Amino acid sequence: MCLKGENISFGYKRNNLILNNVNISVDRGEVLGLIGDSGSGKSTLCKILAGYENNHKGNVIIDGKKVPSKGYNPVQLVFQHPEKAVNPKWKMKDILNEGHIVPQDILDSFGIKKSWLNRWPNELSGGELQRFALARSLSPETKFLIADEITTMVDAITQAQIWNIVLDIVKELNIGVLVVSHEKNLINKLCDNVVYLDAINSVN
Amino acid sequence: MRSKAKICTEENKKTEALLKVKDLSLSFIQYASGLRQTELKVISDLSIEAYSGKILAVVGSSGSGKSLLAHAILGILPSNAILNGRIEYDGKELTQEKKEEIRGKEIALVPQSTTYLDPLMRVSNQVIGCVEKENEGLMKKVQREIFQKYDLKPNVERMFPHELSGGMTRRVLVSTAVISSAKLVIADEPTPGLDEKTLNETLNYFKDMANKGCAVIIITHDIEAALKISDKIAVFYAGTVLEVANVEDFKNNGENLRHPYTRALWNALPQNKFQAIKGHQPMQDEVTDGCIFYERCSKKNVLCSKGIPQFKDVNGGVVRCNNVS
Ligand SMILES: Nc1ncnc2c1ncn2[C@@H]1O[C@H](COP(=O)(O)OP(=O)(O)OP(=O)(O)O)[C@@H](O)[C@H]1O
Ligand SMILES: Nc1ncnc2c1ncn2[C@@H]1O[C@H](COP(=O)(O)OP(=O)(O)OP(=O)(O)O)[C@@H](O)[C@H]1O
Ligand code: SF4
Ligand SMILES: [Mg+2]
Ligand SMILES: [Mg+2]
Repeated sequence: MCLKGENISFGYKRNNLILNNVNISVDRGEVLGLIGDSGSGKSTLCKILAGYENNHKGNVIIDGKKVPSKGYNPVQLVFQHPEKAVNPKWKMKDILNEGHIVPQDILDSFGIKKSWLNRWPNELSGGELQRFALARSLSPETKFLIADEITTMVDAITQAQIWNIVLDIVKELNIGVLVVSHEKNLINKLCDNVVYLDAINSVN
Repeated sequence: MRSKAKICTEENKKTEALLKVKDLSLSFIQYASGLRQTELKVISDLSIEAYSGKILAVVGSSGSGKSLLAHAILGILPSNAILNGRIEYDGKELTQEKKEEIRGKEIALVPQSTTYLDPLMRVSNQVIGCVEKENEGLMKKVQREIFQKYDLKPNVERMFPHELSGGMTRRVLVSTAVISSAKLVIADEPTPGLDEKTLNETLNYFKDMANKGCAVIIITHDIEAALKISDKIAVFYAGTVLEVANVEDFKNNGENLRHPYTRALWNALPQNKFQAIKGHQPMQDEVTDGCIFYERCSKKNVLCSKGIPQFKDVNGGVVRCNNVS
């Protein structure tokens, strides 16, 4: 079972393609690294694979089928800036349980404290918010996780903890992961395979 | 005689810290249901110093109060914050009034959160800030030069923040500090998500600022980057400083590091052991007495849970741990 982007082409403005005929594929259970220069289109590709950006050419398919546009999204995207992914007017408990009730053991393994649930997003540090975003994205219905620089904003111990937990959970649930990072050392530690965006993108 | 005296005071001035933070503590008043109020402590007993011409790196745990310290220095804390302790700038107390007067001018912040960019304002106007009309042309020129050095294409200046990639946003934020003529620059996570070339370029900018006499504080999780340019490294944990180390201390697998937390942090880097220690940073009110790292420390002894370890000078650095001599 795999997540595929087939012949993906996309530009935000007309006549200015960011991605040209990109093919990428992540297997379930695989941890695939994606690297490339700043501004080369990694986050754009992530958004397309997770269905946040639909105005592209080419197809995103899981197991040969198009991703359903309704219901829980089996392709969960978590990005570098969790503060952009949450509604600032909601309390953390509502943000957390928006899609499904996140089980207590997941909260515990991410070290999410009870008292944080009653806070507003701006009352948590960047690293604390990111743990909420991840806890929320790893449900039994998640088939793929797209991790766009998810630990760039946390300390090294928290980074190692987060990845230990994430790798455990994805193994258990047989989730495929696409890891975007500029940190080569991290990619080397985490990934089974690595692709360079430049090598699969025919934009020039 | 007179000229000698003058030289002396000038030398004194050079070795005096430009910024001194002494015994800072910070809490937030939180309103529970009804009229109940609770006080949430997030920083306590925190002291650091920043010197002109030097770079101080602040590393440490997520949620340890690094950004709040920066906000305290700039006077941009929310209204339910209670700040105690003393902040001195250039030998004088830095009052809220003074902070408001000099921020953005003598003290510049590169904010961590990219939400600080005004979503409705074009990038170039934000970088230039509010300048008098007659200076606008000059500033625009400077901004273009900086953008060019940063590999930001000319069309970027007319973009809105949401049109930028992660790394581009970061470069725009850093250029706001580069363009300022500040004496103290506080950069809160200036480098995450930058590719290697841009990262090194950014580090050089901070080095240049320090070489020009600026005091620079870089808050970062990228310890390797910090080691490339800083003079001292302060290690934060749970709202306080556990160690101030020198760059050399990180050599040889960090065996000269003084605090068990600093060593654990070093070992957790992917290029080192990628090893996580158990547990999480406590909230301030979870530890009433004793060492704040006690729960997670592999070297603890009975003494450690009784009384907060005091700062000790060790090997040209300082550390807050009973087990170091
Ligand atoms: N909403 C948008 N509107 C217009 N242009 C955009 C938008 N988002 C991104 N872009 C542009 O698309 C290009 C690719 O951006 P993207 O965020 O995908 O890069 P990236 O590879 O993730 O870079 P980084 O490593 O810096 O995060 C950039 O040139 C950027 O300016
Ligand atoms: N307005 C607030 N009300 C209550 N608690 C707050 C508020 N702002 C921050 N905090 C708490 O204060 C602590 C320090 O936050 P701060 O943002 O300074 O952390 P940080 O060291 O910068 O972390 P990171 O590396 O993740 O950015 C965190 O535990 C956070 O939850
Ligand atoms: S004081 Fe004790 S518990 Fe704290 S870091 Fe030192 S040895 Fe560990
Ligand atoms: Mg990106
Ligand atoms: Mg911070």
